[in-house]
Amino acid sequence: MTHHTSPMNSLYPSSILSAFKNWLNIIVVTLLIGFGLTANAQLRVDISGTGAQQYPVAIADFSGDGAGAQVAEIIRADLTRSGQFRLISTAGTPLTYATPIAYDEWRKRGADFIAYGTVTRSGDRFEIKYRLGDTVKRGTLDEISIVGSEKELRRMSHQIADRIYEKITGIRGVFSTRIAYVLKRGKTFELQIADADGQNPQVALRSGEPIISPAWSPDGSRLAYVSFESGKPVVYVHQLATSKRFPVANYKGNNSAPAWSPDGNTLAVVLTRDGLSQIYLVNATDGGNLRRLTRSPLIDTEPSYSPDGNTIYFTSDRSGSPQIYSVSAQGGEPRRVTFNGSYNISPRVSPDGKTLLSVTRRDGSYRVASLDLASGAESLLTQGRDDQSPSFAPNGMQVLYAANQGGRSVLAGVSSDGRVRQTLSVLNGEIREPTWGPFTNK
Amino acid sequence: MRSRIAKVVTIAALAAGLAACSSVSLDDQAGKSGADGSGVLDPFNPQSILAKQRSVYFDYNSYAVSDQYRSLVDTHGKYLVSAPQQRVVIEGNTDARGGAEYNLALGQRRAEAVRRMLTLIGVPDTQVETISFGKEKPKALGDSEADYAENRRADFNYKR
Repeated sequence: MTHHTSPMNSLYPSSILSAFKNWLNIIVVTLLIGFGLTANAQLRVDISGTGAQQYPVAIADFSGDGAGAQVAEIIRADLTRSGQFRLISTAGTPLTYATPIAYDEWRKRGADFIAYGTVTRSGDRFEIKYRLGDTVKRGTLDEISIVGSEKELRRMSHQIADRIYEKITGIRGVFSTRIAYVLKRGKTFELQIADADGQNPQVALRSGEPIISPAWSPDGSRLAYVSFESGKPVVYVHQLATSKRFPVANYKGNNSAPAWSPDGNTLAVVLTRDGLSQIYLVNATDGGNLRRLTRSPLIDTEPSYSPDGNTIYFTSDRSGSPQIYSVSAQGGEPRRVTFNGSYNISPRVSPDGKTLLSVTRRDGSYRVASLDLASGAESLLTQGRDDQSPSFAPNGMQVLYAANQGGRSVLAGVSSDGRVRQTLSVLNGEIREPTWGPFTNK
Repeated sequence: MRSRIAKVVTIAALAAGLAACSSVSLDDQAGKSGADGSGVLDPFNPQSILAKQRSVYFDYNSYAVSDQYRSLVDTHGKYLVSAPQQRVVIEGNTDARGGAEYNLALGQRRAEAVRRMLTLIGVPDTQVETISFGKEKPKALGDSEADYAENRRADFNYKR
């Protein structure tokens, strides 16, 4: 973590525009964020739409230290971005961790749940005590005390948001996870890692040559990516804690499209050493034990493992147009998966293995599509002109992608049911190739 | 588009000119320039056709080398056969539309299409490496059809 001397100076939306009725809320949050090694940049978050089901929840400002209001703001922003919660105002009702909760009153205000707590500071240590009350069952649903430094306040707040999310929805929260993307500013490319809300970005690699296709190792400790720094595409594996990196595939021609096996031991990569782009497997630790997975006379690229590790989805133009295929991770005869339209690329399977994301071209625009693998039913999740690089949140509830906004590439998110959309744009750069990281143990 | 056709006519004329004086030793010519240098087969001489005409352009989503570029590829191929120590990298590029990785593969296919023509001319594979920049290193930065067309390209990049 970097220093964060003035954390959480966000402006939580004071009003939700009701002009769009209940089914459409638009929220704009403007945040100032520290950009790691570089100057501050402004990040703008836009959210539209609401989830099919919204849990009404009140998040009181945490009492005690002044940081308490900011902790509550981070929790509210997290829950709001999911689209699965409707925030009930707590204005005029100061609560501490120990306040007896008037469940009936909160029920009357419309809240099924209320989160509240206290932040106490001793030296540079902060303790957050939090409780989650269930106003229907009239009892405490969750409570915890978390201790950390000032710069860990954001992470601690995300942890509490994760607990609230999981207690209420039954699904593990992703607010403590991280994302990776490439930020292009002028002629500089930066591989950045940020919190799931786009805050606290860190520069993992800065280069004057393009960087594409970042891919998280399953434990979140390493990134594989393609860097053009040597004059051509080469696949590197980068240890985030130590910044140690090595070329894991650097053969004649192109080396690209790394994908981790779920056990973290194998990388699928795309090489052109034998002609056109084909899929190979190498050991993730040292790049050894090279073996070829696909054999077609045309393009095979963009491998992506199924969560059980048994299947690799990939893009191939063997039918004459780019379509998605699946093949056993042991090799064998590929099976075509997509049939709608003449351009379907960038496969990503959901954590439960049931849904396939892709980028599809429709009427000249590139959109993120969601395909139910069992039924073959397909829906378009996005409505942009050039939506690319989709990836699932590790709980499968959200999809991160790159969208074009006013001629620039920005970070965008959509709920897996397509109902809630958001964009995060950096004012002085283009965000490309985003990918959502895995759950990590605290 | 008009300038592209003009280019092709020039290439054809130059290629014809080169064929006419093929008895001149290429090694003797290297590094020296003639009246304007355009007849010199030296990729590192900016006046040489090998430096001036080193791009093959492609249609949208296509990797087929159209007939208008065959003489250009032929000229480079004959030079490479005559200079067996000279290595060249064919760099494929695409326009900005579509995914980064698929475009990388498409650019590679364009570079490979050029390499296969060189192979038919008799250039050994050891002299040629094909790579792709996909859509990552666009020459034209706009998003007009003309910009896209400029970026659908394979370049001969000679290695010293």
